[in-house]
Amino acid sequence: MNYLSDDEIARLEHKANEIRQSIVEMLVAAGSGHTAGPLGMADIFTLLYFDVLKHDPKNPDWPERDRLVLSNGHICPVLYATLAHRGYFPIEELLTLRKFGSRLQGHPHRTALPGLETTSGPLGSGLSQAAGMALGLRMDNPYTSQYVYCLMSDGELQEGQTWEAAMLAGKERLHNLIAIIDRNAIQIDGYTEDVMPLEPLREKFESFNFDVQEVDGHNIRMVLDAIGKAQAVYSQPSVIIAHTIPGKGVDIFERDFHWHGNPPGKGPENIIKKGDQGKEALKKLRSLSGSIKPAEC
Amino acid sequence: MKIASHLNPKLFDESIESAPTRDGFGDGLKEAGEKDPRVVALSADLVESTRVNLFAEEFPDRFIEVGVAEQNMASVASGLAAVGKIPFITSYAMFSPGRNWEQIRTTIAYNERNVKIIGAHSGVSVGPDGATHQAIEDIALMRVMPNIVVIAPVDAMEAKKATLWAASYDGPVYIRLGREKVPTITTVGTLFELGKGGLWIEKEGDLPHTVGIITTGSMFHNAAKAAVDLEKKGIGVSILHLSTIKPLDKEAILKLSEGHDLIVTIEEHQRYGGLGGAVAEFLSEERPTKVIRIGVDDQFGQSGETEELFKHYGLDKDSIVKKISEAFSV
Repeated sequence: MNYLSDDEIARLEHKANEIRQSIVEMLVAAGSGHTAGPLGMADIFTLLYFDVLKHDPKNPDWPERDRLVLSNGHICPVLYATLAHRGYFPIEELLTLRKFGSRLQGHPHRTALPGLETTSGPLGSGLSQAAGMALGLRMDNPYTSQYVYCLMSDGELQEGQTWEAAMLAGKERLHNLIAIIDRNAIQIDGYTEDVMPLEPLREKFESFNFDVQEVDGHNIRMVLDAIGKAQAVYSQPSVIIAHTIPGKGVDIFERDFHWHGNPPGKGPENIIKKGDQGKEALKKLRSLSGSIKPAEC
Repeated sequence: MKIASHLNPKLFDESIESAPTRDGFGDGLKEAGEKDPRVVALSADLVESTRVNLFAEEFPDRFIEVGVAEQNMASVASGLAAVGKIPFITSYAMFSPGRNWEQIRTTIAYNERNVKIIGAHSGVSVGPDGATHQAIEDIALMRVMPNIVVIAPVDAMEAKKATLWAASYDGPVYIRLGREKVPTITTVGTLFELGKGGLWIEKEGDLPHTVGIITTGSMFHNAAKAAVDLEKKGIGVSILHLSTIKPLDKEAILKLSEGHDLIVTIEEHQRYGGLGGAVAEFLSEERPTKVIRIGVDDQFGQSGETEELFKHYGLDKDSIVKKISEAFSV
């Protein structure tokens, strides 16, 4: 993790856009999967894998690496796309997502693909696993600077296990545990505050003895600063509540919970016909939401 | 009948030593901890009754109390295993694997993490606590899951050996323990080997009927006592004891079925899905054989003393004798 110049931030933003394009392409090819979460988390995944994490794509099992646990496995297209762009496996393989025989299972399976730290899909167990990793690393070295990042959704906070894990992390003062919550406010059945309200989220985590920060999950510099502060917290686990826009980057998908569990091509037809959804999404991304004229992109 | 020479010579004496299998686990875990610094243990607020206290007192820095939270415990253990630890998670079988089955499936078994699951207080023999605490479905729950070893030790001695073995094995293991004292059947000379049953009692002489009994957990002793009575009734008995239910000792089961008129399984578990299920599934494909499965017959348990409950659910010596005699109409 380094200080980043404005140019370097711009390069990460550009990389996140490429990753978003890969996400749309792989979802269209798969014909099923989740759209909103992966697009919404592309900036954070890009920042983590291209700047923050201590890791080595050529040596995925490097014992000194940081760990990234994806708890809400259904947003794996963003993890797969980021790993491929970072060099863990060929980018072309992304188009095998969810296909028979593919290493890119519909929900991530650790032993299938290099770079995955766990198997996930059933919600609410990631924070427990991350806490276990953080505890184990700390047993070996109480002053460890190996960090465990747990990426979670907001909807999965409705799983009771999350709070069992939060209690343990608070009790054990896991300084090397940094949870990042994708606070996009949607879940399959609607808006989180309608389905099962989560607020006040900050106060909930504070009361479990977490250091809590809230950031704009699309402002890479702001997220980077928050991670730096979280790393400096030495007597508590940290949580960064990242406010994101589900479907970010493709305006027709943004903020609409109908895109939670549908791929482009199978989403609502209120704006664009199914057959054109993938093409239109790629056009939006390549033109940076219309700021570049289609002829130039 | 011929009794394996490595068994306790007091097998049929009233004065046979006894200890709960959980005691053997407690000793074994402490020893495993001494041998390997990677061994760690977790408890969900049942430190003393699962006997993990022996480890916790010796290695406080390698012991984690997670509180009453078995789901978290399973996944935390997965995370510990991910960074090279060898975690043992301890609770009552009703809660682990009873409550945290999905966490065990996704984050341990499918995820190929080296976690050992210790389910104490299994079976109806828990007694007065009643049905809510009597796990009689746990063998089925664990056996159906790929990539996991299922062990139900016969006594404390074997529980210790199984625990030490589990610590040295790279992969998920479920060990089923009981609360009550059970007779010490085995000796230091009895071999514990994964997936290998022991033909501990062999029929002798030329009797009109023969039965091959297969037991798991602490049921061996009642079966052995029943064998004495059955012999007098003209039924020759062999007993194959399977401490490992998965992987199943298919070779030994096949051999047993070839040499006997009838196969009977006995377990402190539902008749469905446990040892009897495993044996019947296997034999129906390999060598169709009549199999009588003795176990709890699709009911929940209830409060009572162990002996009363064994009698009620047909697991005591007399019930076993009756069931097998009826099968031969003698």
